[in-house]
Amino acid sequence: MNIEKRYIRKGSLEKLFEIIKSDSRTVVGPSARNDKISFKKIEKYSEITADYIQTTQSAKETAFPRTEKILDYSKNSDGISVIGTDLNEIPEIVLWGVRPCDTIGAGELSAIFNWDYRDEIYNNRKSHIAVLGFSCSKADEYCFCTSVGGNPGSTEGSDILFTRAGDDGDYLAEIMTEKGLQIASLAPDLFEKDGNVDKSGYLAKVPVKFDREQVREKLEKLFESGMWVDQSLKCLGCGACAYVCPTCACFDIQDEAHGRSGSRIRCWDSCGFSIFTLHTSGHNPREVQSQRWRQRIMHKFSYMPDRLAVYGCTGCGRCSRACPADMNILEQLISIQEAIV
Amino acid sequence: MDDLIKRAKELLESSRVKVVIGYENGTDGKTRALFAEKPGDADNLVFNSRCIMNLAAYVTKKEIRNKGKMALIATLPVMRAVIQLASEYQVNDDNLLVLGITPESKLIEFKDLAEVEKFVHQFQIEIDSRNKEMLDKIEKMTPSERWDFWIQELSPCFKCYACRAACPMCYCSRCTVDFNQPQWIPVPSHELGNLEWHIMRAIHLAGRCIDCDACYNACPLAIPLNLLTKRMLQDARENFGGYQPSLKADHLMSTFKPEDKDNFIL
Amino acid sequence: MTDNIYMPYLMKVEKITWEAPGVKTFMLKFVNDEDQVNFSFKAGQFGEYSVYGAGESTFCIASSPTRKGYIECTFRQTGKVTNALANCEEGSVIGFRGPYGNIFPIDEWKGKNLLFIAGGIALPPMRCVIWNALDIRENFRDVTIIYGARSVKDLVYKYELEEWQRRKDIKLITTVDPGGEAPDWRGEIGFVPTIVEKAAPSSQNTVAIVCGPPVMIKYTFPVLAKLGFADENIYTTLENRMKCGFGKCGRCNVGKVYVCKDGPVFTLAQLKELPDEY
Repeated sequence: MNIEKRYIRKGSLEKLFEIIKSDSRTVVGPSARNDKISFKKIEKYSEITADYIQTTQSAKETAFPRTEKILDYSKNSDGISVIGTDLNEIPEIVLWGVRPCDTIGAGELSAIFNWDYRDEIYNNRKSHIAVLGFSCSKADEYCFCTSVGGNPGSTEGSDILFTRAGDDGDYLAEIMTEKGLQIASLAPDLFEKDGNVDKSGYLAKVPVKFDREQVREKLEKLFESGMWVDQSLKCLGCGACAYVCPTCACFDIQDEAHGRSGSRIRCWDSCGFSIFTLHTSGHNPREVQSQRWRQRIMHKFSYMPDRLAVYGCTGCGRCSRACPADMNILEQLISIQEAIV
Repeated sequence: MDDLIKRAKELLESSRVKVVIGYENGTDGKTRALFAEKPGDADNLVFNSRCIMNLAAYVTKKEIRNKGKMALIATLPVMRAVIQLASEYQVNDDNLLVLGITPESKLIEFKDLAEVEKFVHQFQIEIDSRNKEMLDKIEKMTPSERWDFWIQELSPCFKCYACRAACPMCYCSRCTVDFNQPQWIPVPSHELGNLEWHIMRAIHLAGRCIDCDACYNACPLAIPLNLLTKRMLQDARENFGGYQPSLKADHLMSTFKPEDKDNFIL
Repeated sequence: MTDNIYMPYLMKVEKITWEAPGVKTFMLKFVNDEDQVNFSFKAGQFGEYSVYGAGESTFCIASSPTRKGYIECTFRQTGKVTNALANCEEGSVIGFRGPYGNIFPIDEWKGKNLLFIAGGIALPPMRCVIWNALDIRENFRDVTIIYGARSVKDLVYKYELEEWQRRKDIKLITTVDPGGEAPDWRGEIGFVPTIVEKAAPSSQNTVAIVCGPPVMIKYTFPVLAKLGFADENIYTTLENRMKCGFGKCGRCNVGKVYVCKDGPVFTLAQLKELPDEY
């Protein structure tokens, strides 16, 4: 469908929120706890954290929860009964306040979950989400979306993208999909005509720092390089980068038994953990952190584009912000581009 | 810190150590670990009030130990960690040299770990007032209030184990959570499982935690999990006599003395 | 089957055979006939076998696709799930997800000689393709099987080995490691690579399929190269830590390859392209 551009006046966003809530929809938005912003269920507009550059966690939790039951079982004298996740129980969610780096990331996540085998649990959750994206008017040194094919005002992945359109608190709304139209139709008065605002003046400036195609080419020749050891010396081997990343999808499957019944659970995992590739025999293909760090970069910038035609990074910078050791992926990528092969 | 850089260069040039672990400037005003192996690398060493990461977490990593003798630039919390690690046989005078930085930011070189211990024993580990206030508040809660408090604080945890990774005392090559026969601590992040993980870690730190807050600083979600370790510290102090990391101390969890209190046994 | 790709089939353990110390074979039948009717697989594919409450474990399907009505798997008790499986009795119900992975290109091998080399617990991944070939025996020329284990008691599929020994259309050489022989052992004594060199099978128009512990593989490939086998004509199966089995959880990713999707069957030529991370 054609993009519908509308104008939202100052104060209308809050009204839109109230109308969406009164339509009995679940709204998930950014909310701060201990000064760290994650996506949570929002009951009141005041809970939404305004004015930040980036959230701590990505919004991937709404479609790919950190812990999710994939089946329940119970054993009895007749045998075992197994019930899968009820795909009809998944609620409709309006995801409020997602940045373009997250909305693009959702596409990359979908590529993984639909590669040959379609993960309908993920797809169902995803299809029940209406994405209200917000462009970025500010960026910092951690952001590098423009180096990986994104930009602060990208509409990719949003059902409606809101962009600041004035210094007053007015917004441009770009309605991209049918779902977006549906949301907008809940409050037609708030979406005024004459949305022909040039948003570029209100977007953050994010200078391009590297060329991901060049990085990909360099990586073909850098597998045996000593740079991985140097880069990863300070890595502590935790999973913070993978968990806050909007495109990291590696998971574990665990059974939890409670007496004669229990469930099988899918939960987040990280290739940075030392036991990620550990065989029961004790053999570990990636015994040292440098191999695991290399895997992270290679997987996102070489293997994924090769097999899935998408890169595994949206330049949101969350990994670098969250890293307790300041690994700073942007620095590493620039040094890869500059490496002599 | 010019004398720091100068000393680091001297140590590397003379091959007295093979790697100097210190701080360099990082992103956005932060500092991060620097591993200087060539004298020229030492030019990037810095020291300022933002150098709060506990670098002792790196001296137990085999990639760094394998380089040879290490020199560690150590503030007071780092020094405490080193002494505790030494008492657990993880470091000794053969593989570690400590370049101390006093609370007044002066460089002080220690001949050996015994001198580091002497320096460290001049200072008591004091829990800061803000956290003390919080601990007192929790102390006054009823057990059920306390349960609710911790469930609420710990349920955002997504088990990234950054707390474990940053803690200098968490150096087990295979952590309790990495065992699956049996799976002592559940892998997925859920309310009870998170509680189990954090409580277990706090208990494993009983008598070992030196209150550096590395765990809290590392947590991406700023969960106040250091309250648990600080409470452990308080308990260790109150029930088992004064507490200082010492080279030849009795380890709290593995030593029994007839005078140990048993008023917690119901 | 539902849309839930994580949902296993329910399988009943029909028969348990104790192959060797710690090694068992389960014959599994589908609890639901409908699943049985709709199920098919090809030699080389694997599945995720689960004990509800313990977890899932990855093994190949060790029976031939030419035999309908059941599947078989052989495993060694090593970890949490295999120990839970080993505690199952005949009649227990377990889960099975599959078939996943690629296949032995058995159609391309028609008209050729087949050389199967296996060691220890690595005979199961080959058993499916051996029986598949034997069930359509007329399509192949010479069939040679060289199989060895650490000691006599560690040989798996002992009854089938006897059957293969008796057949005139197979050349079977069994061996045990020096020191592993029993008083009445009449097979060879020596490590598998040594025995392969001794047997010196011809590489002319021959496909070699090799499965074994890493150390055996390491010394067998050079022997085959010396005998004139090209890398494209040597097949092997790769094991790697797996969880989902269908390319999403990321564990088995080696270089650009996912062992669960692009394998587990690889030619030596393909293996040489992979980084040494498996």
